[in-house]
Amino acid sequence: MTTRLFGEPVRRREDARLITGQGRYLDDLGAGALAAAFVRSPHAHARILDVDVSAALDVEGLVAIYTWEDLPGALAEPLPLLIPHPALTHGRTAYPLAREIVRHVGEPVVMVVARDRYLAEDACALIRVGYEILKPVVGIEEAVRGVHLVHEDVPGNVGAHLVQEVPGHGGVTAREAVEAAPHRLEFRLDVERSACTPLEGKGVYARWDADDGSLRVYSSTQTSTSVRMAIAAKLGLPLPKVEVIAPDVGGGFGVKIVHPWPEEILVPWAARLLHREVKWTEDRREHFVSSSHERGQVQHVRVGFDDDGRVLGLEVEILHDHGAYTPYGIIVPIITSTQLLGPYKVGAYRVEFSSIYTNTVQVTPYRGAGRPQGVFCMERTMDKIAAYLGRDRTQVRAANFIQPDEFPYDQGLTFQDGRPLIYDSGDYPEALRMLKELIGWDSFAEEKARAAAEGRRIGIGVGCYVEGTGVGPYEGGHVQITSDGRVHVSTGLTSQGQGHETVFAQIAATELGVPIEKVSVVTGDTRRFGYAVGTFASRAAVMSGNAIALACRKVREKALRIAAEALEADPRDLEITDGKIHVAGVPSASIPLATVAVLSNPLRYAFDEEAKRATQFAGPASDDRPPVAEGEEPGLEGRDYYSPVRSTFAAGMHAAIVETDPDTAEIRILRYAVVHDCGKLINPMIVEGQIHGGVAQGVGGALYEKMVYDEHGQLLNASFMDFLMPYATEVPRIETAHLETPSPLNPLGIKGAGEAGVIPVSAVIASAVEDAEGITIDRMPISPSDLHHLRLTR
Amino acid sequence: MKPPPFDYHGPATLGEALDVLAEAGPDGKVLAGGQSLIPLLNMRLAAPAHIVDVNRVPGLDGIEAGPPGVRVGALARHAAVERSPEAAAALPLLRQALRLVAHPVIRNRGTVVGSLVHADPSAEMPAVLALLGGSVRLASRGGEREVPAAEFFTGPMESALRPGELAVSAFFPALPARSGTAFHEVARRHGDYAVAGVAAAVTLDEDLRVAAARVACVSVGPVPVVVDVTAACGPRPAASADWEAAAAAVRDRVEPEGDIHATADYRRHLTGVLAVRALRDAAAAAHGEEA
Ligand SMILES: Cc1cc2nc3c(=O)[nH]c(=O)nc-3n(C[C@H](O)[C@H](O)[C@H](O)COP(=O)(O)OP(=O)(O)OC[C@H]3O[C@@H](n4cnc5c(N)ncnc54)[C@H](O)[C@@H]3O)c2cc1C
Repeated sequence: MTTRLFGEPVRRREDARLITGQGRYLDDLGAGALAAAFVRSPHAHARILDVDVSAALDVEGLVAIYTWEDLPGALAEPLPLLIPHPALTHGRTAYPLAREIVRHVGEPVVMVVARDRYLAEDACALIRVGYEILKPVVGIEEAVRGVHLVHEDVPGNVGAHLVQEVPGHGGVTAREAVEAAPHRLEFRLDVERSACTPLEGKGVYARWDADDGSLRVYSSTQTSTSVRMAIAAKLGLPLPKVEVIAPDVGGGFGVKIVHPWPEEILVPWAARLLHREVKWTEDRREHFVSSSHERGQVQHVRVGFDDDGRVLGLEVEILHDHGAYTPYGIIVPIITSTQLLGPYKVGAYRVEFSSIYTNTVQVTPYRGAGRPQGVFCMERTMDKIAAYLGRDRTQVRAANFIQPDEFPYDQGLTFQDGRPLIYDSGDYPEALRMLKELIGWDSFAEEKARAAAEGRRIGIGVGCYVEGTGVGPYEGGHVQITSDGRVHVSTGLTSQGQGHETVFAQIAATELGVPIEKVSVVTGDTRRFGYAVGTFASRAAVMSGNAIALACRKVREKALRIAAEALEADPRDLEITDGKIHVAGVPSASIPLATVAVLSNPLRYAFDEEAKRATQFAGPASDDRPPVAEGEEPGLEGRDYYSPVRSTFAAGMHAAIVETDPDTAEIRILRYAVVHDCGKLINPMIVEGQIHGGVAQGVGGALYEKMVYDEHGQLLNASFMDFLMPYATEVPRIETAHLETPSPLNPLGIKGAGEAGVIPVSAVIASAVEDAEGITIDRMPISPSDLHHLRLTR
Repeated sequence: MKPPPFDYHGPATLGEALDVLAEAGPDGKVLAGGQSLIPLLNMRLAAPAHIVDVNRVPGLDGIEAGPPGVRVGALARHAAVERSPEAAAALPLLRQALRLVAHPVIRNRGTVVGSLVHADPSAEMPAVLALLGGSVRLASRGGEREVPAAEFFTGPMESALRPGELAVSAFFPALPARSGTAFHEVARRHGDYAVAGVAAAVTLDEDLRVAAARVACVSVGPVPVVVDVTAACGPRPAASADWEAAAAAVRDRVEPEGDIHATADYRRHLTGVLAVRALRDAAAAAHGEEA
């Protein structure tokens, strides 16, 4: 393999298109389509008394108005509960349009279709919905009191309750281990709500072909294959008559893995009913109040440890606010409670969570998916132990690390994929050593003293995590080499800007020995690949990357077989270089892949010069063998799937130096360092880009972003004016070092990287602010106003 | 997030603009840079029946700087005023303040006069006008009137502009010799409206003692809060002036409210901190001017 692109910092091939305005996002499609808009509930909890549309009927250009009563068959049923779990005893999902009760501000009640979006919104403004206001349940504390209920039939507002317990040495329980430990600490932690807020919101555009009885749907989704199945099922259409395509998608971060969104089935339904193209493009306010949020948790921690800071027992109780509905099950609190352990061995562990209903936007995974909360919990615990013992914070962490020779390491828990939480590989002591060197941990005390002498306050913080990536069940890849020598790669999962067109092409080019310019990649188009799960859980590179590699290997083997015959050589002596197959060391005896592609497909008709070579009178062929041999297929293509036994476990450690203004309480990040291990790197530049984006979102969660609900369940900051997503000016330069401990679980030795950057940031910043200020930080995000008040209570 | 229906007018002369505004009366809204009005329309928080786009009216984009001060026309963009060397020479505070207004792309479109009429108590330019004791010139079919800053800002997002009137320019008077200015603010993110902010002007006498010191504070009251702190800091040389006492006086005068970004107490505290910083820098600038 001379075309060695795997591991190289190849520039992103999609960027020229995306940054020059050539991207095709959902709203760029369907210029002539009718527009849908929605009347959404202005109340957090109310009974719908009546809907009066009469005033809206005069709006010129109005096409249709629908309420729940209009929905036929399966459309009138609640949306699917995507991930059932035995502990989710009271799972509830919404109807596509509200039926009788609305349970959060923003829930869709009426759908309007009109000639354009302006007119649709004019009509929405004229529709009068009568409500009887019910008592809203807002905030975790209020919800667990259970005085008022979000769902009448869910007592105590508890949707799920799950306990996992791993006994320590000699079978001691966590409670016993904590009680018996030489030292104990007990505290409460709070993490606020945030959200994915991709720059492009959701959107759906549907075209019904009445002649063909088929539907083509474009959706800004993270899973086109599954949206397709949902639409077919909800609309009663045969699966082959439905195609779903994810066009360019302007970010997902988790919110677009949830499906089908009400609009994803209502828009296609309306298109079929009206025999017209219909499009809905979510606006920013809609995205804030009617998609998903995440993060909000309260944690109660008890920990017991020895004189070296080794954790002997850990008990964590988590109250998880999952909003009004649970379409995505309890994945988030499961991940929090399992990934909380990070790179550590904690003796005995008991974790218990209650997943709670409130009259707020539903909670589903957002990049990190419960890990930032878990890591916040564990890393705050480590810092508290260090403070209690008067030890260096990194020493306490090191004392608890799983050692490199202990892999595979079984944490004794059940992970989000229902499989045992067994770490495949890692080297945590080395990662910490690299991080300390990168940030200058050991010389920081002097730096801090120098700053103090100038009246400046600076502090350093650290945070470690392990991330289960590349969860199953599977992904597939299809690779075809056509007679022009081009390589067409497709996979079913979708892209939201991660760089799949580049990394998958790198893998194919490397495996096949072709120049990367010859390779094109298609993702998320069910016309090209029908079987897939989706893009989430840092899984695309691991799952589709390996599937594509395996598919390439099939194609390569076939190409060598055909070429061997043509060159009268042994296939084992052949190599592919620059798109040509030749005998190793003899570049002159060669045959281009393009020709092999021609030969692979026995033809009757010569449609061009090249094709003549494969027609029936072209050359010597054995008379006693069928043109397509038994067990063979025409064409130079291959399809394969990758389905792992369990997840791979990436890891990382971050450190930051912050400065706090003694007077204004402003918090500034002076330096941010990342050591990252996602196994073998396919493209270090893309991995760094993923880390940078993740850290940026982490900075948002640590210092800026929160969803502020008032007691009536109104979201007070449903715009980018008041929901403070950090700008480039708020994100520090990020210094990165890579460690590569290959995964033994997959052929490429890779692990996922997509979510990594965001995971430990709140923990790291809390650690650094605490160090600068000498004030305990137990709640994130932290604003200057918050810090000012913490100083006053010191 | 699409605006409700409205009639669009694009007058080509000042006279036409005033005619349309007169006709529209309370149902009319002037569109200048659109950086505040368009979001309000898109969120359907405002629903004027007539939008009068004055961007094509000639002669409104002037920036005239001279010894008396700087007159800024209705279509002078934030960026144009910020970059004008004449305006900066006559009144450094204009540039000091404009650099804190939003981000470059917004300053390329938004206008200084629009910002004054919009009268957001968190905005920088109303505070500057109030601090300097400037005025806004309002024109209508009936004639023109010049309204002093102290009367122009009447409440949060409320000004003395009457239906049918167009603000044609604003005048920022220059400061006496041996004066210096500064603007300090804290925003949650770079370029956001300030959580609190203080513009300061200090004038020294011939012996370089503080002769006059004033601040205007943003985000801590319904309108910019102007406080004369000359007495509080005492007629002392700038280096030994009691800025802390001045800050205490400022803290007493402001009326901050809490919101989701900051508590009232924090805003009050911050205003004091920023007042010290702004006054100290303004005094240093006044000193520097003398040297
Ligand atoms: C993201 C963002 C951040 C911002 N941050 C800041 C900030 O930090 N500080 C700050 O001060 N501003 C900020 N702004 C607002 C910006 O400065 C606007 O430019 C300014 O508030 C209004 O100016 P405009 O020309 O855009 O007015 P428009 O939006 O066109 O109009 C605003 C209002 O003033 C009226 N109006 C405008 N001109 C006239 C006139 N000549 N006569 C009569 N009425 C008139 C309009 O009818 C309307 O009611 C921000 C805006 C955005 C979008």
